[in-house]
Amino acid sequence: MTSSLLIPPPFVFILGALLVACLRGRLLKVVAVAVPVVSFLILYSAPDGTYGSLSFIGLDLALAEVDRLSRIFGYIFHLIAFLGLVFSLHHDDCAHYVVGLLYAGAALGVTFAGDFFTLFLFWETLTVSATFLIIARRTAGARGAALRYLLVHAAGGLCLLTGIVLHYHASGSVAFTALDLAQPGAIFIFLGFGLNCSWPLLHAWLVDSYPEATIAGTVFLSAFTTKSAVYVLARAFPGCEPLIWIGAAMVAFPIFFAVIENDLRRVLSYSLINQVGYMVVGIGIGTELAINGAVCHAYAHILYKGLLFMSMGAVIYRTGKINATDLGGLYRTMPLTAAFCMIGAAAISAFPLFSGFIAKSMIVDAAAGGHFQIVWLILVFASAGVFHHAGIKIPFFAFFSHDAGLRPKEAPLHMLLAMGGAAFMCVFLGVYPDFVYGMLPFPVDYEPYTFAHVLAQRQLLFFSALAFTLLLLAGIYPPEIRSVNLDADWFYRKGSRVFTLAADRIFNGINSWAERVLGWRLTGVLVRFFSEPGGNLQKYCMRLATEYSGAEQRADLLEQVDRRSRTATYPIGVWVLLAVLLLAIMSVLFILF
Amino acid sequence: MAKKQNEKKYLFDNPRNVKRLLGIFYASLVVLLGLEFFIHKHPHFAWEKWFGFYAIYGLVSCILLVLIAKYVLRPLVMRDEDYYDE
Repeated sequence: MTSSLLIPPPFVFILGALLVACLRGRLLKVVAVAVPVVSFLILYSAPDGTYGSLSFIGLDLALAEVDRLSRIFGYIFHLIAFLGLVFSLHHDDCAHYVVGLLYAGAALGVTFAGDFFTLFLFWETLTVSATFLIIARRTAGARGAALRYLLVHAAGGLCLLTGIVLHYHASGSVAFTALDLAQPGAIFIFLGFGLNCSWPLLHAWLVDSYPEATIAGTVFLSAFTTKSAVYVLARAFPGCEPLIWIGAAMVAFPIFFAVIENDLRRVLSYSLINQVGYMVVGIGIGTELAINGAVCHAYAHILYKGLLFMSMGAVIYRTGKINATDLGGLYRTMPLTAAFCMIGAAAISAFPLFSGFIAKSMIVDAAAGGHFQIVWLILVFASAGVFHHAGIKIPFFAFFSHDAGLRPKEAPLHMLLAMGGAAFMCVFLGVYPDFVYGMLPFPVDYEPYTFAHVLAQRQLLFFSALAFTLLLLAGIYPPEIRSVNLDADWFYRKGSRVFTLAADRIFNGINSWAERVLGWRLTGVLVRFFSEPGGNLQKYCMRLATEYSGAEQRADLLEQVDRRSRTATYPIGVWVLLAVLLLAIMSVLFILF
Repeated sequence: MAKKQNEKKYLFDNPRNVKRLLGIFYASLVVLLGLEFFIHKHPHFAWEKWFGFYAIYGLVSCILLVLIAKYVLRPLVMRDEDYYDE
């Protein structure tokens, strides 16, 4: 085994998390931030290949497989882990750093997993550590969202496990390779991946939980879970046609929700689904250009979405508010945060010279090249819609719009540094796309900056902005309202109550009936009977006899029965009669059967 | 201290600056449409050849987006803020 890969990146993060758990104070923060740097250097110096091959309970495992596809995801995960850790330096509690490193490590584990077994272990680690990032907010809302997150992802994980077991049973191999949906188990793997990828109807966990997490937690969450799912889809199901339509639905439906949503981090969560939709479409188309586009978009998206969540995190950190109804006019005292937010907004809207443009264009052009007319129209519509709800709405309602009277301080230095780093990358990638094009899985022959393309994109965005301006000035733009918007999570949030209520009525009903009848009445009857079984039996027969004959009850006989049963003094003849009867019954039974 | 900050005038507190910004914005719309006469298009689809296709598509689709979200989706899904809290 050539071991220029000292330790596979996920294990560097896990070891780093263990080390960080033992540290306190300034040293804790220094080590935490150093972990992604060290891990990156190890990965950077390692040539492509398979590392950590071992045999375990009869399975051939490969802990780390480095190729062009896993490498670029590895790089971007390191970069956002670093920026996210810098952003979270205001935390003194080591739990935040431990969970953050474990979570990023788990995502890297999924990325470099060479077999389904390793993949599944890290997949579940991802779920558990993400749950703690949400619960760490320590609010009632966060606790509820974290529990729902855990349950939904546990279900998704079981679905994936079912698929893996069926796949192994049929093929005899756990190697993580491209699959065909017709293969046994593949559909379960497909759906398991899809849940983490927040496919329509499987998406509600995302918009439910991300806005409830800690401010740094959301930055982490926005990068790893969905994008590691994009990665595994790109590896297992490239060119799988249903993905085109799933992706198109993901691109389109969230923008309607985003327009009427009041919580700005929830707006960003909807727009996250929309952006991941582009990547899913790209994977579904499956040509070299489309896969390159999907990967490139994931790379760019992680940075600008992280940046947008950071800027909203900084707003929460300084004001304690995140609803558009409570914010407005913050550009006055948080100009740098506002500027970084606008760079993120320009990047997500795919303005020329920003990162979204050089990435999203590849997917849209791949759709055009494949003559997917309807998909292309949806993608272009959503491009305009993204600018509308994320590009304009986020910065406008937080930093401009009406003056909410808030005059908070500018974000702390470490947050500004993290946002600055991400903002720099958004511009750098837009200006110098060859930086990321050179890392993509397939050779790139694509030029985003043609005059016609730049003009078309600018027209689309500016006239989309005109629509916003006109609707706002005309008073038609939907006013922000404090509200909850129902989504697919309604089915399990309300459904679980119906289930609990029904289960309560049915099972607790049976339980209390059984307790009443079996526990109290029946035992009472039995106890009374068996305290004097012989006597009671005789008395019962006597009662029957007197009832039928109509004669009066003879008290002296009852007394006699009582006395005999208490002292157990029956005439010998009775015992003999009983014994003969018993033998007779047994003989009859013996003859019959 | 807080009072002093409130009195301070910021960039968009002056309505003239907002007007200027809007003026620049409207002018750039005209320029973007005008530039279309000077480009050589290489479209994938027939409708991309139409004059101002992207501009009209962006404008119309965003207006529809907002109208549908406001008048169709919101009545369907909007509930009180404590809907899930009972």
